[in-house]
Amino acid sequence: MKKRVPLVITFVTGFIVIISFFIPHRPFGPLETDTLIWYSIILGFTLLIGVDSLVRLHVRQMRRRKAGWWYSIVFFAGFFYCLVIGIMSVIRTPNPFQPGTIFFYGYKTILIPLQSTMFALLAFFVASASYRAFRARTLEATLLLVAAVIVMIGRVPAGYKLWTRLPGIANWIFNVLQMGAMRGIMIGVALGAVAMSLRLILGIERTYLS
Amino acid sequence: MGFWQRFLQLDRKWIFIGIAIVVIIPLIKPLGLPIKPTKPVIDLFTYIDTLGPESDPVMVVTGFDPSTMPELMPMEQALLRHCLTKGIPVISFGGLYPAYIGMAKMAIDEVSADFPDKKYGEDYVFLGFIPGVSAVILSIGIDIATTFGNDYYGTPIDSLPMLRGVKNYSDISLVVDVSGSSTPEYWLMYAQERYGVNIGVACTAVSAPAFYAFLQSGQFVGMLGGLKGAAEYEELMARKGYPTGRRPATIGMDSQSLAHLLIILLIILGNAGYFIVRRGERRQGIIRRKK
Repeated sequence: MKKRVPLVITFVTGFIVIISFFIPHRPFGPLETDTLIWYSIILGFTLLIGVDSLVRLHVRQMRRRKAGWWYSIVFFAGFFYCLVIGIMSVIRTPNPFQPGTIFFYGYKTILIPLQSTMFALLAFFVASASYRAFRARTLEATLLLVAAVIVMIGRVPAGYKLWTRLPGIANWIFNVLQMGAMRGIMIGVALGAVAMSLRLILGIERTYLS
Repeated sequence: MGFWQRFLQLDRKWIFIGIAIVVIIPLIKPLGLPIKPTKPVIDLFTYIDTLGPESDPVMVVTGFDPSTMPELMPMEQALLRHCLTKGIPVISFGGLYPAYIGMAKMAIDEVSADFPDKKYGEDYVFLGFIPGVSAVILSIGIDIATTFGNDYYGTPIDSLPMLRGVKNYSDISLVVDVSGSSTPEYWLMYAQERYGVNIGVACTAVSAPAFYAFLQSGQFVGMLGGLKGAAEYEELMARKGYPTGRRPATIGMDSQSLAHLLIILLIILGNAGYFIVRRGERRQGIIRRKK
């Protein structure tokens, strides 16, 4: 029973979505939208489970005084800040993102600088990693290196300034060489997803039940 | 230890300092390097430019959070600026995930402040976040008013003059997803394929290669890829004499140009050093074997 019920649910919902995609008319058409609304509702509950799991993990870290347990304090500070301030802002104003609310203040002065800084660090690490890793050791590595250099210089205004044809060459690499490889990958991924979906719907793939 | 061996073991802090310098200097004193618009950007610009006050609204979807803000915010602002300049009705949608709504609010507030003659509800509207991702995209195709109920400020959709007569995608000329993730694929699957609405994309440089296939197949009207795309859009607006603001993307492209040049220089020097050192080591090996 524990396995049969989820298998039946998976089969029925998967079958409904497939049918409604190919026959977008009543009664099948609205069924897809209804299924997606159900999906959103279930997603909301999984979010709660995620929060519960995260809180438990950090409580355990703090109790056992594991290495870096003080980061859990930072987590709880952020978690309760968002929770309390978010609820307060919603009660006081209809929109927590309204300029002047304490929630928006936190968003603007904490979240934006933190996320921007984390992402900006990439520039430094990409530069360092390119310098160390891009070596023309083999023919394949040399081809990759040459293509990367042409695209890097051809995609910025300095490339156009150096040689007016560089952007055209960079675009050709993008539109022809890169696209050929990318299409192959995308078709492969899509076929894999179709195969996996069919295995799940037909109950052949059951690892998600364990 | 020779020069090249020392160079190959260069501490990364010097690379970090170099990058910091080449990024900061052009931000303080822009170099004004030439921007050459590319076809995907021209296509999107031209499509929007052919629209006017009598056209159906353009929906600008905010699909990014603060992490990709420096790259995507100039795009969103340029798009909004273009629409408001041309008098095209704009629906600014706060996005499919809750973290995006703050970005959408900042963009619409900043741009609308430059257009005091444009009235909220008549020339542009702001729709907030609705949970559901793909369900929301599908639901807009049935009825916008039922999907959102109210706008971001709590005003019923039906009472907004601009949205009277705008029921679903058939009353929208273009949806532009300004995205830092894979959401353009959702818009393609659920809005373009299902309801036939035109889709434009503005995305980060990292995710642009994944969308070129859809661009070439004509499923996307046009695309702004990375800060470069935003700078090209600003350039096209400037050429037409439209207000561009302070052109943050164009300024940023100067920094990006110098950073790319520095990285290429480091790659060339790193490879030169690698081959020189390897040749020296081989020679020493041959001498040792001869001895």
